[in-house]
Amino acid sequence: MEALYGKTLEELKEVAARAGLPSFSAKQMATWLYQKHINDIDQMTDISKKGRDYLKQNYIFGLTPPVKVQVSADGTKKYLYTHGERRYIEAAYIPDDDRATLCVSSQVGCKMGCLFCMTGKQGFQANLTSNEILNQIRSLPERESLTNVVYMGMGEPMDNLDNVLKSLSILTAEWGYGWSPKRITVSTVGILPAMKDFIEKSQVHLALSLHSPFEDERKTLMPVENVYHLPEVISLIRSYDWSRQRRISFEYIMFKGINDTPRHVNGLTRLLNGLPCRINLIRFHSIPGTPLESSDEETIKEFKDKLNAKGILTTLRASRGQDIYAACGLLSTKELVKKQKPEG
Amino acid sequence: MNNKTVYKARVLFREEIAKGVFVLRFTRDFPFKAGQMLWVRYPDDGPARLYSIASGEEEPFFEILFDVVENGALTPVLSKVLPGESVWISEPTGKFTNNGEPAVWIATGTGIAPFVSMARTGLFHHNMLIQGGRSRNSFYYHEVFEKLPFFRYVKCMSRETGEGYFQGRVTDFIKNSYQPLPERQHLLCGSAEMVVEVRDLLIGKGVPFNNIISEIYF
Repeated sequence: MEALYGKTLEELKEVAARAGLPSFSAKQMATWLYQKHINDIDQMTDISKKGRDYLKQNYIFGLTPPVKVQVSADGTKKYLYTHGERRYIEAAYIPDDDRATLCVSSQVGCKMGCLFCMTGKQGFQANLTSNEILNQIRSLPERESLTNVVYMGMGEPMDNLDNVLKSLSILTAEWGYGWSPKRITVSTVGILPAMKDFIEKSQVHLALSLHSPFEDERKTLMPVENVYHLPEVISLIRSYDWSRQRRISFEYIMFKGINDTPRHVNGLTRLLNGLPCRINLIRFHSIPGTPLESSDEETIKEFKDKLNAKGILTTLRASRGQDIYAACGLLSTKELVKKQKPEG
Repeated sequence: MNNKTVYKARVLFREEIAKGVFVLRFTRDFPFKAGQMLWVRYPDDGPARLYSIASGEEEPFFEILFDVVENGALTPVLSKVLPGESVWISEPTGKFTNNGEPAVWIATGTGIAPFVSMARTGLFHHNMLIQGGRSRNSFYYHEVFEKLPFFRYVKCMSRETGEGYFQGRVTDFIKNSYQPLPERQHLLCGSAEMVVEVRDLLIGKGVPFNNIISEIYF
């Protein structure tokens, strides 16, 4: 059966029509689902008994608690949710002073095959529905303390745009959770047609996985570069206004000897010249079998200082949860491998 | 579509070369580099998808290879297009191209298309192709590669046995029977699973990651 949780107002209107309920019941259902945080259809007390019976016969509520949690010494928690019988998705809860960010997954596995990513090693298994994306937030024990959500977990959000947009709509709409779009960031490797749609259909922040300013080097790290070329991606980004509330940022993992040289500083400066943006430098958390290593601390600091000196706001993301397989995909891949091993 | 300009191309030929796998040929108005792709849309208000070009740079038409995706938005209708009808295409795009040096090509399924284009363009001397398929009829365009001189062709068949085939998957061949030349460029095309697994194996055998170029069918 389909889940009721995770449906947009438009979809709830269709549900109401099928249930023979008045159209305003859709808004009532949305209020119960997303504002009163109930977990049982019977708690929708302003919906008629007959209507609730119809809903129970035709829909499940749709909340699934995490099956496993790993807690880092620094407070980061990695939650594992099941998807079907054999698959897993991850959500990382990252508290930091007065902020608490949840990093959610949008797919089971990923098709993008980036060289530095563990999720890609699972291959692509499924798109998450809006129910499954939002469930990572709703079923989080620390839900009340969340200040931000980032779509940077497993999967490429632009490869599952319909469900991502639906989940964003529920998170930000007045009939939904009513979050400010400024609290949400969606990341992408740069899938052009979907990026354009995303920029036009949502108001949340965008982060581009950049990792090199040079096309020939980027394509050895990220196969997507063979299809959607960086100059076109940057050109699309430049065609929108990022100087107001909405933010564009560039994720840049620092790889020793690969993308951390003065030539790369200059390349980034040329590529992003005049664009109101921020670069987030990220230390590389090594994954099994990778030929890549993280740049050393001195190089990272120098790289950051040079970019800032050239007028590009550059920050260094704190490494979190290194003791609990914080790199996206590590924990679920480990569990997947465990499931695939014959018993005995 | 990705490219702003959309062009009409007349279908010249359509053939089902294996169950659910089609070759479609249509008129060509643009130059391209072997290994590039096209956005194809059908009908004119339908969805667009990217396909690698399988024809050679000097051939007077574009040719693509696709398999029908059950419940897909485009391929079920594209598989029924008749010669004389039109499809809508973009200009060729993409950078999955041969650098002119001898290379190793590795493909499964319809991921063979860009290598067919390279072979038909003449970019095959001293190259090697490792092609994976489940059964004999999965080796699309094998006739193109079998007749190439100065070319090594390995067919890895996983669900049948036969003379002239390596018994197993592409990854089995690479793991057990292949010693790469690290300085040689390796071009990989196919599913994400195959590409990621093969890339890891090649890196484990000493091929620098920047000599491995991958094209994944998103």
